Amino acid sequence: MHWECEWEHGSTRHFTYLLHSSSFIHLFTVLSFLLQTNAIKTSKYNFFTFLPLNLFEQFQRIANAYFLFLLVLQVIPAISSLSWFTTVVPLVLVLTVTAAKDATDDIVSAICNLCMIFFPRVSADLLLLSSSEPLNLVYIETAELDGETNLKVRQALPVTGDLGDDIEKLADFNGEVRCEPPNNRLDRFTGTLTYAGQKYPLDNEKILLRGCTLRNTEWCFGLVLFGGPETKLMQNCGKSTFKRTSIDRLMNVLVLCIFGFLAIMCTILAIGNFFWEMNEGSQFTVFLPRQEGKDAKFSAFLTFWSYVIILNTVVPISLYVSVEIIRLGNSFYIDWDRKMYFARNDTPAEARTTTLNEELGQIKYVFSDKTGTLTQNIMTFNKCSINGKSYGKKHSFLYTVDFSFNPLADPRFMFHDHALVEAVKLENPEVHAFFRLLALCHTVMAEEKTEGELLYQAQSPDEGALVTAARNFGFVFRSRTPESVSIMEMGQQRSYELLAILDFNNVRKRMSVIVRSPEGKLSLYCKGADTIIYERLHQSCSKLMDEFAGEGLRTLALAYKDLDEDYFSQWKQRHHEASTTLDDREDKLDQLYEEIEKDLLLLGATAIEDKLQDGVPHTIEQLSKADVKIWVLTGDKQETAENIGYSCNLLREEMNEVFIISGNSPEDAYALEHSMELEFLRTACMCKAVICCRVTPLQKAQVVELVKKYKQAVTLAIGDGANDVSMIKAAHIGVGISGQEGMQAVLSSDYSFAQFRFLQRLLLVHGRWSYLRMCKFLRYFFYKNFTFTFVHFWYAFFCGFSAQTVYDEWFITLYNLMYTALPVLGMSLFDQDVNDLWSFQHPQLYMPGQLNLYFSKKAFFKCALHSCYSSLVIFFIPYLAMNDTVRDDGKDVADYQSFALLTQTCLMFAVSIQLGFEMAYWTAVNTFFILGSLAMYFAVTFTMYSNGMFLMLPSAFPFIGTARNSLNQPNIWLTILLTSILCVLPVVTYRFLMIQLCPTINDRVIFKVRQAKAAPPPLPRRARIRRTSSRRSGYAFSHAQGYGDLVTSGRFLRRPAVSRSSGFAHTGRTTTGFSPMGRSAGYSPTGRPQNVKVNDVEVTSLQMYRTMDHTL
Amino acid sequence: MGKVKTKTGPLARRPDNSAFKQQRLPAWSPMLTANTVLPFFYFMALICMFLGVWLLLTVQSTKEMKLDYTEAGTCDRCFEKRKNVSNAAQPCSCTVVFSIGKKFKGDVFFYYGLRNFHQNLRRYMDSRDDAQMVGRKKNLQTPSTYCFPFTTDQNGQPIAPCGAVANSMFNDSFVLTYHMPGGRPEKVPLLRQGITWYTDKNIKFRNPKTENLTLPEVFKGTAKPLYWQKPVYELDPLDPTNNGFINDDLIIWMREAAFPNFKKLYGVLNRAKEPFTTGLPAGNYSIEISYNFPVQYFRGRKEVVLTTLTWFGGQNHFLPIAYLVTSSLILLVAIVLTVVWWKFGKNGKNMEE
Repeated sequence: MHWECEWEHGSTRHFTYLLHSSSFIHLFTVLSFLLQTNAIKTSKYNFFTFLPLNLFEQFQRIANAYFLFLLVLQVIPAISSLSWFTTVVPLVLVLTVTAAKDATDDIVSAICNLCMIFFPRVSADLLLLSSSEPLNLVYIETAELDGETNLKVRQALPVTGDLGDDIEKLADFNGEVRCEPPNNRLDRFTGTLTYAGQKYPLDNEKILLRGCTLRNTEWCFGLVLFGGPETKLMQNCGKSTFKRTSIDRLMNVLVLCIFGFLAIMCTILAIGNFFWEMNEGSQFTVFLPRQEGKDAKFSAFLTFWSYVIILNTVVPISLYVSVEIIRLGNSFYIDWDRKMYFARNDTPAEARTTTLNEELGQIKYVFSDKTGTLTQNIMTFNKCSINGKSYGKKHSFLYTVDFSFNPLADPRFMFHDHALVEAVKLENPEVHAFFRLLALCHTVMAEEKTEGELLYQAQSPDEGALVTAARNFGFVFRSRTPESVSIMEMGQQRSYELLAILDFNNVRKRMSVIVRSPEGKLSLYCKGADTIIYERLHQSCSKLMDEFAGEGLRTLALAYKDLDEDYFSQWKQRHHEASTTLDDREDKLDQLYEEIEKDLLLLGATAIEDKLQDGVPHTIEQLSKADVKIWVLTGDKQETAENIGYSCNLLREEMNEVFIISGNSPEDAYALEHSMELEFLRTACMCKAVICCRVTPLQKAQVVELVKKYKQAVTLAIGDGANDVSMIKAAHIGVGISGQEGMQAVLSSDYSFAQFRFLQRLLLVHGRWSYLRMCKFLRYFFYKNFTFTFVHFWYAFFCGFSAQTVYDEWFITLYNLMYTALPVLGMSLFDQDVNDLWSFQHPQLYMPGQLNLYFSKKAFFKCALHSCYSSLVIFFIPYLAMNDTVRDDGKDVADYQSFALLTQTCLMFAVSIQLGFEMAYWTAVNTFFILGSLAMYFAVTFTMYSNGMFLMLPSAFPFIGTARNSLNQPNIWLTILLTSILCVLPVVTYRFLMIQLCPTINDRVIFKVRQAKAAPPPLPRRARIRRTSSRRSGYAFSHAQGYGDLVTSGRFLRRPAVSRSSGFAHTGRTTTGFSPMGRSAGYSPTGRPQNVKVNDVEVTSLQMYRTMDHTL
Repeated sequence: MGKVKTKTGPLARRPDNSAFKQQRLPAWSPMLTANTVLPFFYFMALICMFLGVWLLLTVQSTKEMKLDYTEAGTCDRCFEKRKNVSNAAQPCSCTVVFSIGKKFKGDVFFYYGLRNFHQNLRRYMDSRDDAQMVGRKKNLQTPSTYCFPFTTDQNGQPIAPCGAVANSMFNDSFVLTYHMPGGRPEKVPLLRQGITWYTDKNIKFRNPKTENLTLPEVFKGTAKPLYWQKPVYELDPLDPTNNGFINDDLIIWMREAAFPNFKKLYGVLNRAKEPFTTGLPAGNYSIEISYNFPVQYFRGRKEVVLTTLTWFGGQNHFLPIAYLVTSSLILLVAIVLTVVWWKFGKNGKNMEE
């Protein structure tokens, strides 16, 4: 076998991994093979490589590397100002926690990967060679690619299809494929297959793209054209970048600032040391000799590094690991949230990324997909206008129409206007023609597995909705053959000869069928976009047309035309010629279609509602109150998108500044190009609502990137299909709608849940809380560490800049890890300013996050100043109180060890009380953590300073007895009290003044909450869902071209009816089989002349008749 | 994320409805309102005022006498003498006289104080071996390297006690004499023991186990610290049990001061005999100082302090004054806050949107 594949532009690229004879076995199992090799390896480690690899990775993080460097410094005795364990213990702990988290993440992603390859999904772009189905058809679903859930058909070339599953033949086949280079166009493919000197054109109909799912097909063979990153799906996926939050970036900047600050502090102290050594130190050498040849300069140099070690706590090692833990915890809350659980398909929300939580509280722009995200992707037929009379308009939702007269009715179909049924029963000819058209003019496939149980496979959901509507109103489409369409007209089986399908495409925006009725009448039935149809109406219809326009049903118009037999046969001839020409085939066909589709007679119009998901308008209203800008990016066409915009409250009638841009129109396509992008963005941002339609997946990502780049705002993209993947990846936060069949969007998303309305809870509750908590955490964390560290700085001025620490080394080791870790974690996991109901009640609470108000450089600076004050208090009050003081029995209390104990106790109280002021939500856990940490501080301190510990290791625990001897002194406690009061005083004063003078939105809401405390919390206001006027209901008509060909070629009919008895004569059957039932007893079907042969009726239909007979 | 549950059924993956998971834990949400803050402030002002006054009265009831003897009296001679290193071994005594205006009632404590002596230098503080001082034989013979450069003497003999702290031990001694009007001078008896922390004397500092050996025998093979005139086992010639590492003066010196100006307890007035049974009577006193400790190396001063104590300790006015200042500060702030609240925040005026 020799296959060669060349790209048209890239001349000679040989796909060596293609199917050579030696590897033909791969051909046989091509799908499974690809599943295995194409599976992306996401699991990073195995059991043995974990430790070294993970450590290596962790030390690449700048903070960890810094601590390793510190550790090295500490081993140098001349510099070592702290024992090695002060760094080693935290470092080991941090590394362990991080490693544990990495390990679990790795295991989880490995498991996820297994789930991912579970579906029978094509995982490379294939040229279809042959299949198990007749006519080499393959049924696929492309929900992953374009979000459409209907079945599609792909067909192999006959020349390859004939090879079947004969491996030998397949292996011997010697052909050459020339095709386009890898690109991201999902809807087109061009290439040729050269075999035996003949060229065969290849188009999209012969290609199976990665991401589509095989349905109802036993096996198929394909030739890999593009694999891995070259597949169209991956080309559309955009880059997956490692996402970091803006807080992360700010933190990195701050850490760098802190490094700079640290260097400044150390330099100041080193200079101080230099002068001290010059003056005092040179004399003091009698008591403390210097090492030889080491003068004041060298001492200052060493001091610099010693202070780097001592003051390293300004860049706290536990910062990063604490941040990770907080994010993890807040992610779990999302997983656990019952209010984001969708019971209908048992889907809880899922935080797939655990590192982005606080950014959920800062979203400024939401980019939403339309289909499947805002809408349910379920179309309902709920309005129509026939012959100027409109039905289904009344809002009488009290009862639904009873379709029990029709045994074939779909029970799920609902309609609320009884008048239409009456009109059908009264045999209104226009109404009948209307539904007949709906039953005939489509490309739906029917499957009747059991008697009377029809299953429609529609190419688009709206077409399915129309055919279903016709079915319920008594015009049941039952089956089709290439040449005929069988329908049940009011209980009467009729078969129409299908002469031509004038297929839909995006330019024509209409489709027509030409059929011959059983009576022999030739008719053209046409349905299409209203504007298009109106242009093609007969002059006599203009009056009717006006009525329609007045009615406001500017949706899908239905029209028909009777054809002249001679004209048609002549047209048919030309059609055949045109369809066999090689060049300009499409143009010629279009002209022919144009020619016959004119002078149409209008039948009516329908309104299909693209049903919104529950709560979408309310969610959008809430989010816009929170000043979140929502842009809808959809691949759908403008009219549909616009209508959805209106129905979901995004667009309102009174809005003037609405910007709707269409991606594929020639002028707009340039909007995303470099020179125009700023202009586009400026225009878009001036508008209240932005809808981009007809955008490709990549354009969606470009729009997101554009906003990211120029607006410096946090973006969120939400979508459900593979076409949203690029946008999901591009945005700061990607949200996938889960619980549907497509997994691609979810797999590349950061958060996933089942319903759009959960976005409100994700942002306004979880996001806001996460942001609040993270900011509170950071503010407090920097405060407590700065306060801790600055005390060393002040002490330096009293200890000859000798890098003496103020605290006990054990305290330094345990301060961040044990004494203050849990309270602040508790706050960051439980804190909430107001509960979720109030958060919904006041969406404005979300705005501070967008403006970075809770944590910014300014806030950080304030923290540092506050710390500076606190550290001054914590150092100087004990200093002045203890200096020159003795115990009540005259013994020492001003010694170094007692002073260390006193300052660290003061510090503990000060930071604990400060935390109490930060916390707005004291649960039992928080209280326990704060009191427990203080208790633990004392317990550990007394243990460390106990006789036993000292006798075990005298040099490690030299503080023996200090706690016992100084903490029993009243003046010690009076000092602690004074420092606590002085630390708290300015905080309370400042906050109280701020609340009084310029209360924030939070203060106002909290105040309201307190006022309303007696009353129960407010129920979330159920927004009046404003269904806008009827003319906004849209008709999606999201067909693709080429379906008509399939229908007429007959390749469509996969399984012939059980025993098709050809030539069964079915002439002039009366309608005895259909009896009026129930309330519709007045109904009697028409007996139209039926003298035309109908020889292709399926047995199923007949059997149906017979059973009906028997029941009578 | 998300855990795999074994539950089956239509709602298998529904999250638990626990207060913790749904973030509905009962909680107390305090807020800084005028009703809480203002009373709290006034209350704190009162408390601080009360504490300040009480402490001030307490501190005022103590008596303290400080005497800088660096160059005072006849000590200027010794001061000059000690400047020259070559005279280090020569003894030098001097006398300083002073008088007490009012009687020091109750227990009187005698301190020596140093100014500008940095016991808190890192290298200085590290230069000690706690294991040696707790009587570990191994460390007696091979002191910890932390003691550098006072680990061994020139002959390579281990120093006991090793390190810079012990080496620089304060070695002036004082004899306080009361000159009764018309009487002969009376030596003021000082208790020179029981002046350390109990834990230091009994746990932190231990002599090596003697096993029927005398103290000199135990310390055999060790050298005295370079600057010492006597070995560690002869520090107290009067009381053999106060020798070795458990010598009170050594222990007190080894408890390094946090700041360069400090005082250390030298002795407590022994009130067993007249006229000292009720304290230190007013009158003239002299202190005879054996002036050994050089001053110029730390450019500081030496002083003696006599003081009486209360439950609050010695005469330190800082805390009482700080409390009084804080009290007035809080009061001031409280008044300002009250005015602000009255003008802006009363009845939630400021909260209106």
